[in-house]
This record gives sequence, structure tokens and C-alpha cells, in this order.
Amino acid sequence: MTLAYYPGCSLHGTSREFEESFLAVARHLGIDLLELDDWNCCGASSAHPVSRDLGVALPARNLALAAAQGADEIVAPCAACFNRLASARHQLATDADLAERMPGIVGRPIPDVMSVHNVLDVLAAHAARIEALAAAVIEPRAMARLKVAAYYGCLLVRPPEATGFDDPEQPQTMETVIAAGGATPVAWNMAVECCGGAFSISRTSSVVRLGRRIVADARAHGAEAIAVACPLCHSNLDLRQAAMTRRGEEPLPVLFITQLVGLALGLSEAELGIGRHFVDAHPLLAGLATADKGA
Amino acid sequence: MSGEPAGMTRESVVARLLGEARSSAVLCYQCGKCSAGCPMAAEMALAPHDLMRLVARERALEACAADSLWLCLTCETCSARCPTGADPAAVIDTLREVAVREGIADLPRAIAAFHRSFLDQVRGTGRLYEAGFILQYKLRSGALFQDAANASGMLRRGKLHPLPERIGGVGEVRAIFERCGVKPRDLAGRGRPRLGKPLP
Repeated sequence: MTLAYYPGCSLHGTSREFEESFLAVARHLGIDLLELDDWNCCGASSAHPVSRDLGVALPARNLALAAAQGADEIVAPCAACFNRLASARHQLATDADLAERMPGIVGRPIPDVMSVHNVLDVLAAHAARIEALAAAVIEPRAMARLKVAAYYGCLLVRPPEATGFDDPEQPQTMETVIAAGGATPVAWNMAVECCGGAFSISRTSSVVRLGRRIVADARAHGAEAIAVACPLCHSNLDLRQAAMTRRGEEPLPVLFITQLVGLALGLSEAELGIGRHFVDAHPLLAGLATADKGA
Repeated sequence: MSGEPAGMTRESVVARLLGEARSSAVLCYQCGKCSAGCPMAAEMALAPHDLMRLVARERALEACAADSLWLCLTCETCSARCPTGADPAAVIDTLREVAVREGIADLPRAIAAFHRSFLDQVRGTGRLYEAGFILQYKLRSGALFQDAANASGMLRRGKLHPLPERIGGVGEVRAIFERCGVKPRDLAGRGRPRLGKPLP
């Protein structure tokens, strides 16, 4: 089995700490990745509203490249990329007319079989190993006392027939991963609500309205941090959090799930790109480390 | 006007798309669950169940001209929860595609600037070059000073690459746009750019 790695545009730009932490964790867990050569943008939130064919063809070229480069599985850590790759695969499998047209549009043969993975199912498959490695970290690290709200948003879980997620309304995969690293997932209400996605710059007021409810609910249920697996969710909740927070409220750090797992495995904050966020996570993590030493 | 995929007329493409939308919309019995769970319904003049009703009653072109279409985030909550298996998210995407092909899309200016700049970047380099995208977006939307403070914060955090990544297969990507009949400049939006001519 060869697992191709599809970074997507955000992981090479505004969410580079997602790539840094994903690659560091994969190395540590012994997950072999073959970065897809010459990958193109999946079209994310702008191709499918304009043309269904384009919304399928852009990700389909990447599926074709993965097969041509000898992979039979592909992982896209970005939830939006995962969603587009998985939706394309699903639509090609269920719409014979589309499947017939698509090789001509893409200009390449498109594989019938290609498993598309997101970062959560890859990490969940290694939960036992994460648990064992985290327990062996000599100095207990940040994960140990941390209460975390597992925030999935939309793109990992919907449409359920394409994403194949455990449960579209009450998913538990991220909670499994968080618990494997030793932290405590909180029960809360907004795990699969939308954060405003691609409206971060084009309709910021909507993002602030939607994000405020998510952050407030996480806080009300005792979370000290929010875990995400999507660059859009991260940017909306991190970069825009200042506009969502009332005076006197402590901001909630927003961490990629790969950063949380990396901390549990004993990797350094610098290696995981923790310092690249707008809401500074360092005070929270430093506080946990100090509490550990005192205990 | 958008080009058409090879071997098809605009009428045949639009007829196929509207047929797909209608076959989904006729399943709708107006329970309103889609609109109840929709994160953007509060900002829409026509909520998802209204759009479904228009399509089912063969008034799809009215729905195509609605700016509410462009407020859909494709969060897919409506389709995941629909009790009849209708697919409002797919219907909305189809209506948007028809609207662009027919030249009747009423995109709010900032959202038009977003999609157009996004697709321009992808068509031009094969990837989304975020710094170039943000610059194009600002010029097109007129929101030149929006997030000026955040831009420096992003640079400081190493979040904006100074140079685009252009893929070897950019010709293939352009051919894909061509065969799908998509020209980013068709996403003109309702307002005219304040700063002279649109970018190429």
C-alpha cells in the first residue's frame, strides 16, 4: 500500500503549521508518505459553484496523478481538499455519465479505485501507537490536563455519503485521537456547525457571527482550546477571534489536531509551528507544563 | 458568457442542469428543515426551501437570479438532514452554474471578486497563490485597506509565500477550464470595479 500525500494550497501558505505538524507527526509515527508530484489546486470553494464538471475535474486530475505515481491511497490533511477529492471520487462512482465524460475533460485516465483519507482517520488508525508513545514521554507534556473542544465543521463530515465519516451529527473520531494523546475532549454543541468557511475575507461579518457562537459554546463547556483539522476553520476561529471576543473574555487557542498530537508525542512547539497563530497558545501550554512540575 | 463544453450548445447544457435541479426539487415537501439548519438563512432573502419551491414550480430562472444563491457556503447541512433525500446544496450549485452560463448571476461584489480571483490564480498557475489572490481580491472588491493589519501579521508569522508555485501541468489545468467552459471573467458581479479595468 502506498499512501500519496496531497498538501493543497493552504498547507503551502497560510496554514504552513498544519503541514509542519502533520509531517512531523507522520515521521514520528512511522507513516510513509509520497508527496504527489505536480499536484494542482482542488478548486475548493470556487470551482463547484461555477461548474460541476470543473469541481470534479480539478480533484480528478490529482486522483489520476496519484494512480500514475503508483499510489492506491491518498491523504489530504486540509478538510476542504479532502472534501473535494472525496466528493469527486463519490460522484464519479455514482454518476455513469459524468464518469464517462471525465477522462476526456481531464485528459488522463482516472482510476476506479483510490481511497481518499483525511487526517483524522489516518491518526485514528494509529491511536494505539499515539497512546503508547505519549505515555512514554518522560516529562508529561501539554496534552495531559488539557480540555479540548473537538471542532469538525462541515467539510470533514458532509456530505456523509462522500466523506464516509463515523456519524455526521455526532462524530467521535477526533475525540478518539485527542484522548489517545492523553487530553480530555469536552462534550459540546457546535462540533459540526459551519464557521463561515470561505467567507473569511469576502463576508467577514458572517464569519464573525457564526464563529462567535462556536467559540462561546466551547468556552461555556469548559474547553481551554479548540482542535481543528481544517485551514478555513482555523483561520476563521484564530485570525477572526479578536472580533468575536468580548472584553474580559480569555481568547481560546485554536490548534490543529496534528499540533495537539505532536505535543503529546513530545515534539517541540517550534517544530509544530505553534507560534504561527494569532491567538497565542504558549501561555496555556506553558501553564500546563508548570502545573505538571508542581504536581 | 461562458463557453460550452465541446460538442454541446449552451441550451443543451442549461437544459440538462435544470433537469437535474428539478428532479431533486420535486422531492421537496416544504418542511423547512434545510432552512432551519442553514447557517446563512438569516441573511438570505430566499432561504433554501424557497429556492427549492421555485425550482419545483418551474420558476428556476427566478431562483437563478437571486443573490441569496451566492450566500450558500456549501456546508451541506441541508442535504445531510433532508428527510426526503432531496439535495438542496446540489440544487443551489446547479442554479449558480446556470446563472453564470446565462449571464444572470447577481453576485455580491465581494463574493464575485473572491471567486474570480481564486479561479484566475488556479487557471494561471495550477495552484492558489494566496498572496497574489489577496492582492487581486482587494483590487477587484475595492476593499483595499481591509485586514491591512492582519496582512503584516500573516507575513510576520510566515503565512504568506512571496512567490507563486507554478506547476508543470499548468497547460493541462488550462485545458480543463476550457473543456468545462469556464472563464473566470464571467464572474463579473453586480458592481463595477472602482479601479479602472479589471485585471487580465
